[in-house]
Amino acid sequence: MARRKMSLHLMRRKTVNAVMLSLTGLCTFIATGTLLYILGYLFVHGGKNLSWDFFTKLPAPVGEAGGGMANAILGSAKLLLLATAIGVPIGFLGGVYLAEFGGNTFAYLVRYVTDLLNGVPSIVIGIFAYTLIVLPQGHFSTMAGGLALSIMMIPIAIRSSEEFLRAVPLALREGAMALGASKSKAILTVVIPAAKNGIMTGIMLNLARVAGETAPLIFTSLGNRFWSPGWEQPTASLPVMIYTYALGPYEDWHQQAWAAGFVLLALVLAVNIVARLMLSRQAHVIR
Amino acid sequence: MQAPMPQQSTEITSPQALNVAIPAEAKLSGESASKLSATSLVFHYGAFKALHGISMQVYANRVTAFIGPSGCGKSTFLRTLNRMNETIRHSRVEGEILLDGENIFNLDVSEVRRRVGMVFQKSNPFPKSIFENIAYGPRINGYENRAALRDRVEQSLRRAALWDEVKDKLQQSAYSLSGGQQQRLCIARALAVNPEVLLLDEPCSALDPIATAKIEDLIFQLKNSCTIVIVTHNMQQAARVADFTGFFLMGKLIEFDNTTKIFKNPSMRETEDYVTGRFG
Repeated sequence: MARRKMSLHLMRRKTVNAVMLSLTGLCTFIATGTLLYILGYLFVHGGKNLSWDFFTKLPAPVGEAGGGMANAILGSAKLLLLATAIGVPIGFLGGVYLAEFGGNTFAYLVRYVTDLLNGVPSIVIGIFAYTLIVLPQGHFSTMAGGLALSIMMIPIAIRSSEEFLRAVPLALREGAMALGASKSKAILTVVIPAAKNGIMTGIMLNLARVAGETAPLIFTSLGNRFWSPGWEQPTASLPVMIYTYALGPYEDWHQQAWAAGFVLLALVLAVNIVARLMLSRQAHVIR
Repeated sequence: MQAPMPQQSTEITSPQALNVAIPAEAKLSGESASKLSATSLVFHYGAFKALHGISMQVYANRVTAFIGPSGCGKSTFLRTLNRMNETIRHSRVEGEILLDGENIFNLDVSEVRRRVGMVFQKSNPFPKSIFENIAYGPRINGYENRAALRDRVEQSLRRAALWDEVKDKLQQSAYSLSGGQQQRLCIARALAVNPEVLLLDEPCSALDPIATAKIEDLIFQLKNSCTIVIVTHNMQQAARVADFTGFFLMGKLIEFDNTTKIFKNPSMRETEDYVTGRFG
């Protein structure tokens, strides 16, 4: 009797185990499958429309076949460069302050506000930059777009820098201070170098994330069918180009949009992979 | 309970003490000039009083060991000797510690830490090369000349008995060394700024007996050139390396005397219970 009960119980356990295992497996499959599907779809549709012209030529006038998105690629690069130049130093130094000098209450407050800023919808940041720069200046510009993207970068730059600095063991700081280093000197010569790879990784992932932002750019850098010299003119960018071309009425525009999507995703993936590689090297440093 | 002052003892029992000149006014056998002198040292972590008025001497070119159960305050006291405890928030210190007659709380904190070096329980090499680890201390203290720096690195590694093992791989990461080598690297790093006192906070607790023996040999050699204070949980280790031993219990220094006396014939009941293993 006891034996029979036991085996019934065992069977129930085995069934539950099998069901749950299949369920978790299925969810994993859906999660990774979605990414693979997007990748494959973009590769098929975007890859076949990709040509050398795409990287070297300006968009063709409406009605003409061919042309490329060289101006959008350069525009995106300039926007990201500007965003990094503004957002990363602010985020990094803010992270250093939070991790090393912020008092408990104040640091908690700043962290909370940063998380809120991180949650602000990108379109709201677009309107903010529009009101702050585009309206007073009276024209769209690379400068405004870069600034909007930099605002998006700051919260993540702060938090990731802070996390990686905090991960540096207290023992290393104490080791430096026991040799006569001041706190600032210890941070500069031991803590930041120890966290360097992690911080760089954070910056790259951050960059990969804002590279695809579209909404803030529609309000700020707008778009441009030609080259945009300097920082004071509207500029084309890959995400806005995809948006415009995908919604356009022409079939060859759609093709170009696919190609642009493929290029953007390939760049983001490449940055991600490099960043992960760097982080795995960091893992050897921090025990 | 007040910490008792060193007890009278005229017998020369410590073998290391035999070959040194004893000053006329010596109270303990093997006593030399006072290098560090603590008077009524009280230390608080927030509301918790960790040290209840410690008064004691650390003698120059001698090894002084602190023993006692976990949480007795021996590490806390060690860390006040180079003002490392000040990095802890809400901590407060009272009393004075004289280093060669000067109160360390009136000196510049960087100078105190340069003169009173420290090696920690868990080896903590920087994520840099072996060379850069040793050169770190001299560099931040304004030592820039490359040739002089190279000499200083070699000399420090030799003093820590590590030179022969690492001389061909100075540019490799310090993490490529074994645990025992990493701890000797940390000792070499501390020695590179020529400290007058070296504080060792349970330096062998993570090491095997062979690595431990190497560090103990090292301590023996180093006391010619500096004063050593070591915190240890291992009583045999204290008995082997120390000239003087202090027994701590619940934030108080119960007894301080020649190591042989502490282990063979302690004056206080608590010390006897602890060293004979009846408690702790």
